[in-house]
Amino acid sequence: MPITPERPDEVSSGLTDVGYLPDDATALVAFLAIKLGKPILVEGPAGVGKTQLAKSLAETLGRELVRLQCYEGLDEAKALYEWNYRKQLLRIQAEAQDTGWQEVQDDIFGEDFLLERPLMTAIASPDPVVLLIDEIDKTDQEFEAMLLELLSDFQISIPELGRIEASTMPLVLLTSNNSRELTEALKRRCLYLWIDYPSLEHELEIVRLHAPELDAKIARRMVEVVAMVRDLDLKKPPSIAESIDWARALLLLGATDIDSKTFNETMSIIVKHRTDIDIVAERVGVKLDGPEDGASAAAS
Amino acid sequence: MPPPPDRRPSREASRRAALFSEPLDNPLDAGLTAHLVEFGEELRGEGVALGTSELLDAFSALPEVAWNEPTLFRETLAATLAKSPEDRAIFDLVFERFFFRATELAALTTGIGEAGSGSGDGEGGPEIDVDALREQIARAIAEQNESALRDLARLAIAAFAQPGEGSGVLGVDVQRIRRSLGLRTDPQGDVPQDDPRAEGLPRDGIRRFEQLLRQELERQQIERTSSLPAARPLHELDRALPSGPLQDLASVHRVVTQLKRRLKTQGQEHRGHRRHAQVDIRRTMRASLQTGGVPITLRYRPVRPRRPELFVICDVSTSVTSASVFFLSVMHALHDSFRKMRSFVFIERVSEVTEVFERERDFKAVSEAIARDAGVADISGYTDYGRVWGELLEQIQDELHPRATVIVLGDARTNGRAPGADLFAQIAARAGRTYWLNPEPRLYWNYGDSVIDTYAQYCEAYECWTTAQLENFVKVLTAPEATRP
Repeated sequence: MPITPERPDEVSSGLTDVGYLPDDATALVAFLAIKLGKPILVEGPAGVGKTQLAKSLAETLGRELVRLQCYEGLDEAKALYEWNYRKQLLRIQAEAQDTGWQEVQDDIFGEDFLLERPLMTAIASPDPVVLLIDEIDKTDQEFEAMLLELLSDFQISIPELGRIEASTMPLVLLTSNNSRELTEALKRRCLYLWIDYPSLEHELEIVRLHAPELDAKIARRMVEVVAMVRDLDLKKPPSIAESIDWARALLLLGATDIDSKTFNETMSIIVKHRTDIDIVAERVGVKLDGPEDGASAAAS
Repeated sequence: MPPPPDRRPSREASRRAALFSEPLDNPLDAGLTAHLVEFGEELRGEGVALGTSELLDAFSALPEVAWNEPTLFRETLAATLAKSPEDRAIFDLVFERFFFRATELAALTTGIGEAGSGSGDGEGGPEIDVDALREQIARAIAEQNESALRDLARLAIAAFAQPGEGSGVLGVDVQRIRRSLGLRTDPQGDVPQDDPRAEGLPRDGIRRFEQLLRQELERQQIERTSSLPAARPLHELDRALPSGPLQDLASVHRVVTQLKRRLKTQGQEHRGHRRHAQVDIRRTMRASLQTGGVPITLRYRPVRPRRPELFVICDVSTSVTSASVFFLSVMHALHDSFRKMRSFVFIERVSEVTEVFERERDFKAVSEAIARDAGVADISGYTDYGRVWGELLEQIQDELHPRATVIVLGDARTNGRAPGADLFAQIAARAGRTYWLNPEPRLYWNYGDSVIDTYAQYCEAYECWTTAQLENFVKVLTAPEATRP
């Protein structure tokens, strides 16, 4: 059952219930988007939970999630709709010779022969949905221009069928890794949300939410180490999902402390490039205690 | 100092009139509306591209939240007005400045003052326990407790800043208070173990505290003099190239990866419109399978961006070091965009450093290696352009050809020595394109010993002291050939 929140903290608590801990800005922008019916443009480094935000919002609002993954060369046929050529051909061939053109045309350009793609699905859905347009910065500018029309009017015109208008307002999230500048026109239509890596305390909360059995002391140490690793010049800094994975791995291994031995053994969970591993081992590994030392304040 | 932003009062007035005539069906009173419009104007003045629709968004968003709460109000405005991380940074600065000034102005006009503020015997009674205050502030900084910091800033001023003894320059007073509080980032030994100072305080926290101190001092000054000082435009340095010794490689690489990915996707608009696009037969045939073998959709070969051969020649004398090291590292990070690239550094002599950059990833190692091995300084350590061009011409003249691009980074300050423009002209004539990047603002060009115009007649000169300018230049450099005249 779709829910409409009345205050920003309702969004916040709703998201927390489904396992997503938003910061204040995130909850507020999500709330405004629902209230004003405006799309949200979410930007931030990779792995801070931009996509997860959409999923969690869909879950907490009780809406279906429609996802459009963008890539270079994505075109309208893959995003909006496409005629099912094969089925149309079969239909024409199966028809007896004497059917008139008009009849065939009426028939093969019917909804039976239409392949719905994500944008179309989101617009035509009778219930409000959450539409996630993921990594919009990967598409071409032409596609962005097409999207503009959709985002302002929420309608699609198909020449053979007529116009399809949205009966309900979808909540639209666009994510971008900021790899190219989006057009001003698109930005103007959206609310803007920048998600950065969470602060130490915030990430600790997230980890504790997802791995509650992990000892509080280890969790804090782990988050501190992750923050240290992110400060280095890496090809791919560890994402939040990876620090959760790491927490779970530590739990499975029954680690009592993050010493240099445990770190070197489990480092591959958060660092995934060979050159990165070298850098991390060199810079962070040495700062940790040897296995026999107790847990003193090594991570400063 | 950049010229103050153009205010254009007539346009501003008409814009405001348009907004007021807009039927706003929310209970915002005209006072706040006017303030917000002014705030929008100020953002525009600082270079944020702000449309009327965005302001209207802000107006329609505010009634939805309890906007009398400071953070909600601020975040709501940010979400509707600032649409990129850069804009957000400017937004935060302007927000702080604008609403601080607006509040103070209102306080002045309505005649609200604070009894006893600014005089030494403030809220903490005649004697403030200085040691306890130090510890409290350190703790608040470590915990990043914003509201506590705000209160403590006032106490600190009451304890350490005697009115009348202020230096008159806020920055000096702030630093003096910071020193007497003993706020340092390095660990301090002579405090108890659980004190946050034992491990050193976070740099950001200290900076935030300094900001609050400055704000509070400014507030007291306004109250004393009963007048608002002129608004300072944002310092251009807030947006300048990352430079200086604090700059670590990680943040430079972050800038560079952004740049690289942006460049990769840029220029697509050019690629599609080339007049003689070639049909890609293989992909067209593949696409035609969907339509029963009829090639309805044509597929074209993409136009590849140009990959020029580069010769980068960089001044590394002390006056331009930070810019040049950054620039060289950007060029090397963009290595795969170019077919071949050679780098040289020079002060009095020229020396090739291509290998150093290929081998070393660390900024410090690179600059050390250059300082140790390059041998570019001879006697005086001042740039000698004439000699450099001669040596360079000798080294690379056989390799220059019309497809090569030469980029010079330097401030063109000759220290009174011969510019050697004829030699530079020979280099420029042999190369296909020659660019000069000057890390000084255009305002300073040709002043003093700068002879940039002598060189500019043989090459295209660009000013390059912000990331945006650099990005723009790299765009020019890698643009596909078809788009160039």
